[in-house]
Amino acid sequence: MQAGIEEQSALYQKRIPIFPRSIHGPFRNFKWGVLGLAYGIFFGLVWLPWPRGEGPHQAILLDIAARKFYVFGLVVYPQDLIWLSLLLFIAATLLFFITSLIGRAFCGYFCFQTVWTDCFTWVERMIQGERPARIRLYKQPWHAEKIFKLGATHFIWLLLAFWTAFTFTAYFTYAPQLFGDFFSGQANPAAYWTTGILTLSTYVAAGLAREQICTYICPYARFQSVMYDPETLTVSYDEKRGEGKLGRAALRTDVKTLEARHAKGFGDCIDCTLCVQVCPAGIDIRNGLQYACISCGLCIDACNSIMRSIGFPPGLIRYDAESTLKQGQPPRLHWKRLKVLGYGAALSAMTGFLAYSVMSRVAFDQAVTQVRQPLYVLLSSGEIRNRYHIHIDNRTSRDETYRLDVRGIPEQAADFGNFRRVMVKGGKSLMVQASVTLPPAQAARTHAFEFVITPLSRPQDAHASPARFYFQKGIS
Amino acid sequence: MSKEKLQSQAVQTTGHAWDGDLQEYNNPLPRWWVWAFYATIVFAIAYWVYFPAWPIANGFTHGLGKITYTDDKGVRKTTDWNTRSDLMVDLNAHAKLQQPYFEKVEALPFDKIAKDPDLNNFIASAGKPLFADNCAACHQTGGAGKRGFAPNLADDDWLYGGTYEKIQETISGGRHGYMPPFGEALSGEQIAQLASYVLSLSGEQVDASQAEAGKALFHSETATGCYYCHGNDAKGRQVIGAPNLTDKIWLWADVPGAATPQKKLAAVETVIKHGLNKGVMPAWGQRLKPEQIKVLAVYVHELGGGK
Repeated sequence: MQAGIEEQSALYQKRIPIFPRSIHGPFRNFKWGVLGLAYGIFFGLVWLPWPRGEGPHQAILLDIAARKFYVFGLVVYPQDLIWLSLLLFIAATLLFFITSLIGRAFCGYFCFQTVWTDCFTWVERMIQGERPARIRLYKQPWHAEKIFKLGATHFIWLLLAFWTAFTFTAYFTYAPQLFGDFFSGQANPAAYWTTGILTLSTYVAAGLAREQICTYICPYARFQSVMYDPETLTVSYDEKRGEGKLGRAALRTDVKTLEARHAKGFGDCIDCTLCVQVCPAGIDIRNGLQYACISCGLCIDACNSIMRSIGFPPGLIRYDAESTLKQGQPPRLHWKRLKVLGYGAALSAMTGFLAYSVMSRVAFDQAVTQVRQPLYVLLSSGEIRNRYHIHIDNRTSRDETYRLDVRGIPEQAADFGNFRRVMVKGGKSLMVQASVTLPPAQAARTHAFEFVITPLSRPQDAHASPARFYFQKGIS
Repeated sequence: MSKEKLQSQAVQTTGHAWDGDLQEYNNPLPRWWVWAFYATIVFAIAYWVYFPAWPIANGFTHGLGKITYTDDKGVRKTTDWNTRSDLMVDLNAHAKLQQPYFEKVEALPFDKIAKDPDLNNFIASAGKPLFADNCAACHQTGGAGKRGFAPNLADDDWLYGGTYEKIQETISGGRHGYMPPFGEALSGEQIAQLASYVLSLSGEQVDASQAEAGKALFHSETATGCYYCHGNDAKGRQVIGAPNLTDKIWLWADVPGAATPQKKLAAVETVIKHGLNKGVMPAWGQRLKPEQIKVLAVYVHELGGGK
């Protein structure tokens, strides 16, 4: 037989169902708080009206067809792509910064996978009952009660998933309009597709796959270790205290007090397994730091509640760092590390840059392009003409009139047709065709000049765009 | 290794054993994968049934799918699904979006169009493909023209007039420029004199006495009659498309491209000698819709030379 056959195992791990037990405590409360806030923002914000001069009266609307993103008082155009890059960069550094300080706080408290799974698990518990009841139901053969309870659970999950998907879709169009169109079958097919796919993915991810998303699919779980240091605070089991010399021991009559346990060499862990029962990832934190742990803190709540009820000091499972655990010191936020400071510096620099960029954005954008076919035209008088397309992009929500001038060549050389002064509607752009005509001698020595675009209501914002004049003597 | 030990291991085998102990692992694919695979087969069959799919002896299976589109002449047609009709459906949708603008262009007089910035932007973008499809083959992209072949539309020199109305008239009716040959009526010397005069009109360096003789010929009623068409002042007559001979623009004789005065003279002499019968522009009135011609008229006007 070949070597190594003993290690062979199936490549595909079938999901082992997890029935997390509910628990009360500060971490659980914090998580409910985050959930409430996140749902309030996600489900509520899309319905918030926002009066605008130009454009839909919706606080946040990502209008892909019109290439405009409305974010409260701000209208973001494709040209502002740098903002998206900055935002993504900030999100990444914020994640790295927090993770190197206090571990996977994002995963445990803020990630939408965690938040939606929490909500779906709550629905499951409301209908099917606490953990033992759910395990019992799972093991039971199919009968009326099981069909009803599971059916009801999945029905509500689907409703929740649908509303999640519908809300997401509504951010891309005028929400009240979509609401009516959607349910009367008149919405754009893209709306049905988006809602359908997201309903399905939400239902699968938060209802069926759950911790498998974090364990097998999410790349962040795998590269988090790069950000971890021995000084990083993580959800940790105090092995020294919990295991003692001889290991864990159940709370039997002869080892009921701390003194008795320590005298016999047992640790403080009474092996009640509540920390395992409440874990949404189905792991045992007492095995140490592991990639499947999303750092949600529910095992801390569980362990502390048991410790208090039996009169032991809490904190057997707590936020602590590998280094302080090893040395037996109390945990502390160890932020004076090059990595943390570096992430912090990058984070503040980029946040500052983004804030500056948003604050100092110009009220209009302009571009002058030279007509290159033909590059220049010889007129009957022998003069040379070049032509230009001047694009003006009014980024405000007000109508604005712009005056066009030239600098560096005589005023009368430029011709803007009927659009020397041109009104551009709020949020719209316009192209003006201009031409410049110069006598041959001047044409030969003129290479560069400027178009000056002045918004009449704010002359101080006038912008000079460089332009070239092209003429090749001898060939015409 | 004993058979019992093999069977106790995590990986299942197919159950067969050859030569006593040769066994085959059974690692089935995940169920979701297998079902997704079956789903693709079902999808493929549905695809064959709906879309044109299989080649057969003298054609192909047309499929059950139908598609309805509007053709160039505005006739609604329903055929078996095909990609060409699918493209037509897309084009129909875009034509529908452009329709209000075309209607506006058709309804408004030129001077109103010229003052409407939005309409001008529409014409700049909608006129571009129209020009590229119909005009650019001769007049070149951007209307730069080609000497000896098609006039430059971007300069300020117009054979038949550069107003909106005249351009519209030229596009819909077409033009045919003609100049008779003088090679038999005039001697070589006379042609050289005429050519000198024509060159002098544009400020070229020529023999003054030759040009003087040419001027007399130009205005002679009996010998040539050049001025009938080109006018007494030689500035041309747009009614018949006779070009202005006094400006710097040369459409037929390649004077700017000629290196020496002799070659310039020769270029003009050739035109006088052989005449011209190639200034032909086809009529587009039957091939384009009136609103398309109107858009093209404004587009050409805005190429730079419009009056």
